[in-house]
Formats: sequence, C-alpha cells, structure tokens
Amino acid sequence: MASNKINSFRNGPDEDGHFGIFGGRYVAETLMPLIHDVEKTYNEAKNDPAFKQEFHELLKEYVGRPNPLYHAKRMTEHLGGAKIYFKREELNHTGAHKINNCVGQILLARRMGKTRIIAETGAGQHGVATATVCALFGMPCVVYMGAKDIERQKPNVFRMKLLGAEVIPVTSGSESLKDSMNEALRDWVSNVEDTFYIIGTAAGPHPYPELVRDFQCVIGDEAREQILEKEGRLPDSLVACVGGGSNAIGLFHPFLDDDVNIVAVEAAGFGVNTDKHAASLSGGAPGVLHGNRTFLLMDDDGQIFEAHSISAGLDYPGIGPEHSHLHDIGRVKYVPIDDKEALEAFQLCTKLEGIIPALESAHAIAHVMKMAPTLPEDHIIVMGLSGRGDKDIFTVADALGEEI
Amino acid sequence: MALDRIEKRFEKLKTEKRAGLVTFVTAGDPDLGTSLEILKGLPGAGADIIELGMPFSDPMADGPAIQEASIRALKGKMTLAKTLEMVRLFRQDDQVTPIILMGYYNPIYVYGVDKFLYDALSAGIDGLIIVDLPPEEDTELAIPAKKVNMGMIHLATPTTNEKRLNIILRNGSGFLYYVTIAGITGTAKPDLTPVKNALDKFRAVSDIPMAVGFGIKTPKNVARFAEFSDAVVVGSAIVDIIKNNIDEQNVANSELIGRVLSFVDELSDGVKSAKRED
Ligand SMILES: Cc1ncc(COP(=O)(O)O)c(C=O)c1O
Repeated sequence: MASNKINSFRNGPDEDGHFGIFGGRYVAETLMPLIHDVEKTYNEAKNDPAFKQEFHELLKEYVGRPNPLYHAKRMTEHLGGAKIYFKREELNHTGAHKINNCVGQILLARRMGKTRIIAETGAGQHGVATATVCALFGMPCVVYMGAKDIERQKPNVFRMKLLGAEVIPVTSGSESLKDSMNEALRDWVSNVEDTFYIIGTAAGPHPYPELVRDFQCVIGDEAREQILEKEGRLPDSLVACVGGGSNAIGLFHPFLDDDVNIVAVEAAGFGVNTDKHAASLSGGAPGVLHGNRTFLLMDDDGQIFEAHSISAGLDYPGIGPEHSHLHDIGRVKYVPIDDKEALEAFQLCTKLEGIIPALESAHAIAHVMKMAPTLPEDHIIVMGLSGRGDKDIFTVADALGEEI
Repeated sequence: MALDRIEKRFEKLKTEKRAGLVTFVTAGDPDLGTSLEILKGLPGAGADIIELGMPFSDPMADGPAIQEASIRALKGKMTLAKTLEMVRLFRQDDQVTPIILMGYYNPIYVYGVDKFLYDALSAGIDGLIIVDLPPEEDTELAIPAKKVNMGMIHLATPTTNEKRLNIILRNGSGFLYYVTIAGITGTAKPDLTPVKNALDKFRAVSDIPMAVGFGIKTPKNVARFAEFSDAVVVGSAIVDIIKNNIDEQNVANSELIGRVLSFVDELSDGVKSAKRED
C-alpha cells in the first residue's frame, strides 16, 4: 500500500495512474467507464476491513500463506559468499505467486457484481490461478493463451481444463503473451456488462498496476517480518525475476524506502544484443501498449517486436509501468539473464536444494549465482522464488536434448 | 485546411441533405502501390471522407479483418512515414476530400508528437482517430492537435452517458464517431434503434456532426443508418474485398482495385438513397 511520507518511493501512482511519466489509461473508449468502475471499487475495497479480512483469510486457508523464508544453505555454501534466502512462493497453492493476485481480483469482481472472468496467460501459471479461483467462486472462466505457449506448457493447459476453464488458443501475431493480452482486451470490449478481466501482472491500464502490486505486496510484507525474526535486521539485497513484474514489485515494494539494494532480472533470451530476448528495460524504449506507457521492445516505427525467452512467463515485450519508473529514477537495478544461464540455474537449484524452480524464477537464481560469490558472508540476499518448475520439465528436457 | 476541410465537407453534406460515406482502408494494404491507387479512386467512387488506417502490430480494438490488413501492410514494410507520403501524393490531385488517420498511439508517440503533427499537416491530413487515447489522455495528442487545427475525432460508445459525452467532447473536434456496438471492428451487427436513441440523446448535448460505424457492411445497411446520422463508416467490408483478391504472397489480382471501388460506389448509393426526415 502507498506510503504517507512525502519523500517515499511508495507513493505512486498519482490519481491518473502515473508513476513518473509511465502508466496511464490508454484503452478504447468502450472500456473507460468500466476502468473507472474498477478503480472506484478498488479504492473502496482497500479501505474496507471486511474486504481485507476476506482476502487475508483466503490467502491463509486456501493459498497456504505465509510461505517460508527459507535459508538455502547448500546454495549458499556452494556459491561461497552471501547468505541466500528464498521466499517460497512456489509452495503456494497452484505453485506460483500468481494466485495472490487472483484471490484479490476475484473478490473485486464479485464486489462489482460481475459474473464472468477472463484472463490472459503466458506460462499458464496465471491461467491456472485464475481458473482455480473461478472454480472456488463458481464463475465461468475464459483464458486466452498463445498457440505457441499452449504447445510448450501442456500440463497447465490440461489443469485449466480440469478446473473448468475454457482455454482459447490465440493464433494472431506472435502467438504468445502479448497477443493473448490483445485478445483478452478484445473480449472485454465485447462483454463489458458482465465480465471482469483478471490481469496477471502489474501492467495494463490504471488501476491494474497498482492493485496487482498491492495484492502481491503480501510477498514483501511477509519476507520483511520473517527476515527480521530470523536475522534481526533487513536484508542487504533483494532479487526477483520480471516478466510484467508482479512478483518482483510484490517483493520489492515494502522495502523501497529502506537501505536495501534491489535487483530485478529480465529475460535476455539468446542475449540482449540479439533480436531474440525479452529484456524491455535493457533493450527497449518508452512506448504505449496494453493500456500503459512503459518500456517496450519495438522497431523505429513503433511496431512491437515478438519477445523471446525460454520461459513463457517472461516472454513479453513490455514491463509494468512502476518498474519503468523505478528504472528511470535508479531505485531498482535491472539486469539481463539469458536462456542458457537460466537453464544452468534451474539444474543447480534442483540438485542442491531439491527444489525444482520455474524457469522464470531460475532467472533470478542465475543472477544470485553471479552476485553471491562476490559478496561477504554477512551479506543477506532475499530472492523471490516465484514458482515451481514442474510445468517446465518438457521445455528443459528439450533444451537439454533429452527425451521424456 | 485540416479541421476546416472536415467542417466544409459536413457543410456540403448538409446542403445536399444527406449523410456522408466514410470509407476505411489500411494504408499499404496489400501493398503501397495498390493502396495508393485505391485511395485516389475513393472520392470518385463516392467516398465523402476517407479514413486511412495506420498499420500497427497490436490492433487490440480490431477484429480479424482489420488485424490482417495491418499485418499485410507491415509485411510489405509499411511505416508511418510512408503513410504520410501516400497522403501527400493523394493531395496532388484532391484538395477537398478530408483524410482522417485512424490507428493506435504508439507509432505516433515513437515518431514524436510535434514532428508528427507538423508532417501530417503538411502531407494534407485533416484529422486523427486514435483508438487507445480516451479523453483521460487528451494531453498526449488531442490538446497539441487542437493548437495546430488538426481535427481530433473522439469516440463515443454504447457505454457513454451524457456526463461522459461532455468529457469526450471537451477536446474532440471535426465530428463525433459513435461506435455502434460494444465490441471490436467487423464483428457484431448493430441494431438501428439503440444507435438512433443514442444519437438523439447526444444531439441534445452537442451539435457536432455524428458519424456511426462498426459492423455496417452493406449498401442497404448504410442506407438505414444514413437516415438519422451525419456520416456512416464502412471498414471491414471493404478490407474483406482486398483480402479476397490477393494471392498467398499478398499480391493483388487485376480486379482488386475495380472491385473495391465498385463496392464503394454501391455503398455511396446507400447514403444517397436514404430516406431522411430533413
Ligand atoms: C513462476 C513465475 N514467475 C514469474 C512470472 C513472471 O510474471 P511477473 O513478472 O508478473 O511476476 C511468471 C509468469 O507467468 C511465472 O509463472
């Protein structure tokens, strides 16, 4: 939640949804009254104790929070430097941080009297989380998913179907996350009366970047309490991967005003100097897409590129607007990790800790592997382990040339 | 010129006691040369106002027909600069038909708003419809456009009430584009009565000309909507003809231009034959 302090990094967005020059509400006129309704409903809900109580009760009883802040001893020893903690979002029900946000948004949908839910998904984690809360609340659910992603995330596609969701393959454009978002927006414009769009990351038109962040802040709020309990002090560094940026902003936001070094990891695909990556801050420029101004991967004519990452959940040519702002003002450092480094991290974490991380989270691990050895033993790193990697085993087997 | 050209056109339509025909094609679809020939032929075929789509990689308010048109144009290496150049060539022969660019904000933002307005005005463009710039974002383009007399056509939709209409019209000019359905282009067919009721309601608030569009596809349809609106927009139905007259490499057959223009001719009979109360 926003801070009352004047000189706080936690005050955004302003009333028009801007974080510095980023954010805003760049959507079709048909959606604007609805977007205002979402904002009004959210502003009421966040000050309503009953709403907060229901949200936190569901997180506790259904999602299984709080999840542990785990001291990764074997990784720490192996890397020989900083002390590494994992914030274990992968232990949540459905296996990733995405469910935190879905619980919050479906409560908003119900509050607005909406009866049908739509979502976009890349890795399928957000799709599964959305389908899950829809099952729980007995609402019909339509998930848009790129045809390419359906192919590489088959287990999640089947999970969604089992949960009762309709998964619609998106064959337009690059057949991945950005196109699924286009398709979800097209659905929403056509069904404004009864439909609520559960956006899966801290992006989109205002108020989504704000509300998704607020729902995900449970990650950082818990981590803060847990590290104080375990170490009696705040961590020195935070690390998380960014696709649209929801798990990262959720971990970071409660620490923005503290003396903590914060690093976010973008997917560099084949490398930021190639045309096959998803690192919008390292390799992009400001533009307007999907309802907000933010850094985008695009050509000189403003045409959006297809992103590439081995991890479907990071395969997006944009990033949430608050991250663009935090990058602009230098509060958070954004670094690239390529497919190969992520694959190595995936394997190392699995072998040393017995935790199979999501390929998305493996990007964060890869950066921790780079930084930990250069740091003293009393340097504490808290890393967001955003999801579990069961969904990725086919992709990884394929990349390693193994048949399963 | 610019906004003046749009206003003059609506004055002319008023004296002719009829609604105007607004035709939409995407610039560079299926290729620049063919697209320019279509553009040049439109006024003769009966288009009163031309909407020219600026291709964009992510047209999230468009249905399949116009999405594919964008993709075809981009495959042919169409750019915003080339779209402006097309209009400049069109203006060598036609100084009276208003041209409105329609599309999404990002290509303009990346081009640079001030430079874009300057270049668009000198190319002979009269107005802009930018789908993802609602009035909440008027400072981006609508207000700079106003300063240089570029028309900024705002959209109203079935979700617009009178209060919101006033917000929409604050920096809107040229005409109001009433989107007949809550939806994307080229899909659902609109019903007449709710559209007529909406325009009646809006006319009590403003006397700006009111165009209707989305889902209007046939001359007969055009005639019905032309009974009570100031202009009728047809897009996807024209774009479909382009799609049906190209091969797998997006190369136009020799009939394409003629077929597009004769369809526009039929649509224009629609606006001319409409029975109007005035
Ligand atoms: C496990 C996991 N981590 C991270 C992400 C990236 O999303 P975000 O940047 O919003 O956290 C995804 C997206 O699908 C994911 O599934």
